[in-house]
Amino acid sequence: MLAANFRIETATAASRTIALAGAGLVLVLVVLPLFVSRGLVQDMIFVFYMLALAQLWNLLAGHAGLVSVGQQAFVGLGGYLLFAFTVILGIDALAAIVLAGLVTGICAFPTALVVFRLRGAYFAIGTWVVAEVFRLLIAQWKQLGGGTGTSLPVSVTNEVAGIEWIKRVFDVRTAAARDMEIYWVALALAVGTVLAVYFILRSRRGLALAAIRDSELAAESVGVDSYRTKLWVFAVAAAATGMIGALIYLQKARISPDAAFTVIDWTAYVIFIVVIGGIGTIEGPIIGVIVFYLMQRYLADFGTWYLILLGGLAILVMLFAPRGICGYLSERYGISLFPTRRRLVSDKDSPGM
Amino acid sequence: MLLYGPHMLDAPGGRSDFRVMLEIRQLSKSFGSLRAVDNVDLVVERRAALGIVGPNGAGKSTLFNLITGDLRPDAGTVRLDHRDITAATPYERSRAGIARTYQVPQPFENLTVFENLLVGAVYAQGRREHEITDFCAEILERTHLMRRADSPAGSLTLLERKRLELARALATGPKLLLLDEIAGGLTEGECQELIETIRLIHAAGTTIVWIEHIVHALLAVVGRLIVLDFGRMIAQGEPQVVMRSAEVREIYMGIEA
Ligand SMILES: Nc1ncnc2c1ncn2[C@@H]1O[C@H](COP(=O)(O)OP(=O)(O)OP(=O)(O)O)[C@@H](O)[C@H]1O
Ligand SMILES: [Mg+2]
Repeated sequence: MLAANFRIETATAASRTIALAGAGLVLVLVVLPLFVSRGLVQDMIFVFYMLALAQLWNLLAGHAGLVSVGQQAFVGLGGYLLFAFTVILGIDALAAIVLAGLVTGICAFPTALVVFRLRGAYFAIGTWVVAEVFRLLIAQWKQLGGGTGTSLPVSVTNEVAGIEWIKRVFDVRTAAARDMEIYWVALALAVGTVLAVYFILRSRRGLALAAIRDSELAAESVGVDSYRTKLWVFAVAAAATGMIGALIYLQKARISPDAAFTVIDWTAYVIFIVVIGGIGTIEGPIIGVIVFYLMQRYLADFGTWYLILLGGLAILVMLFAPRGICGYLSERYGISLFPTRRRLVSDKDSPGM
Repeated sequence: MLLYGPHMLDAPGGRSDFRVMLEIRQLSKSFGSLRAVDNVDLVVERRAALGIVGPNGAGKSTLFNLITGDLRPDAGTVRLDHRDITAATPYERSRAGIARTYQVPQPFENLTVFENLLVGAVYAQGRREHEITDFCAEILERTHLMRRADSPAGSLTLLERKRLELARALATGPKLLLLDEIAGGLTEGECQELIETIRLIHAAGTTIVWIEHIVHALLAVVGRLIVLDFGRMIAQGEPQVVMRSAEVREIYMGIEA
């Protein structure tokens, strides 16, 4: 019936160039700790894990419509599992990060059983309640310090696989080698998260998630199993969040229930990053985390005023640029660094790109 | 046209007629004290086109929701192709070959028009994206949405949203297509085009059930008509005969000539 054959295109010429630039940037980031101060290395670790957390929250809220305010449940759980695996079972910290992610992912299933019964605001509140329950339960764990928490023994932090190698090759002391190793793991998790989210969105699951977010009713009517799809993305995000939680507490080397399950650090700031940068996009959290870091760095001394400023800025963005900085830019200039739109292209048309 | 009474359903050996696509038995649904669908029996033959008319609030859309699984019946059964699907979820029914349009369009607003079709083509048909690209393109062409293929569905006009409902339903490759008032608000010319499109779909072998207040559009396509009122089926049979019957004339006084 139609003369032309059609195919699907997602990438654009601009996005290919930008992908190359992005790869170059990642390479620069890989070698960065060899040339900069330890202070900056530690700051960058913070940027990387906040970026990864923001991407994951955005995957749930922005792409799948699951607005959770309880992601601290999985950060805290990942952190505590790292302590349990290394301190109690004597497993190497790197392996413990992966294991913590797996176990956290498994814990997402009973959590989902509860919170998936709730919709909208009730879902959000439900996730928070679950996180509180996790915190109260963990506080009973006497072996890991109960309500006051505990520290990682120096033997664990200083004997992570690879540290000796880093000390030898780069001729640095143990503390610096530790920072470098954690930096690289954090970078790998951040880049891995960005790529994973991108490939999820480009896969058929990405279509299903967007459909569920926009109309769960209609999604089901065209064959999407919404419960399983949501369960899958919730568990994947929880597993990744758990790994990041484990990494965070490997760096901090000290954990307590109140810090590990805080809604401010692991959800409120994360939402701020996503909202400022642009919800529902991959670029958004990247821009958001840079803004957040700069504010944190230069304004955090103002204490309460800093928090008021954060909140005020978030409200302004929501009112005047509801799709964040990145939504504003892409509307104005029509660029997308991570194109996920499937464009229908006719072979008749000149490729144009 | 035959009247389909219960006697047709119970062929010897308890097996239903193989020509039957959809079989509804004693289906009921209440909202509180309101009986939205009240003990409805209905059989739709394979490749048939059935029209449903009835006043506002008669339970027409509710009947669709029971067929697609959006709502659970209080009593009764739904069979598709002789398989009891009363307990099946909406997505399972979609994969089994039922597609529907929503009276109030429910586009995936942040996906493009083309992506809206892809969802159904990929999930209901279990195909890969590149395998069904041409198929989706053909539907876009046929429903006059090709020009808008790469636009976000949220930017469509109401008319385009209605077309998208039809296009997205077609993209699932349905055996049974349920249309809920898709002709409302069209100009006469657009209405004629729509009739032509639906005729083509029907001619290609799809079984159609169409709820419509624009009776002349309905009569141009369907071979049988049923009338719902207060959740009950009050008349059925040959469309012209049904439209002339006393019950229908009473209901439709002033609605449509
Ligand atoms: N989810 C619901 N909850 C409560 N009442 C409902 C619900 N859905 C429909 N109803 C009621 O059930 C009755 C039948 O509604 P339905 O939408 O099936 O009518 P309809 O025949 O499609 O009408 P219309 O021609 O206006 O679309 C109406 O009185 C309606 O208000
Ligand atoms: Mg209706």
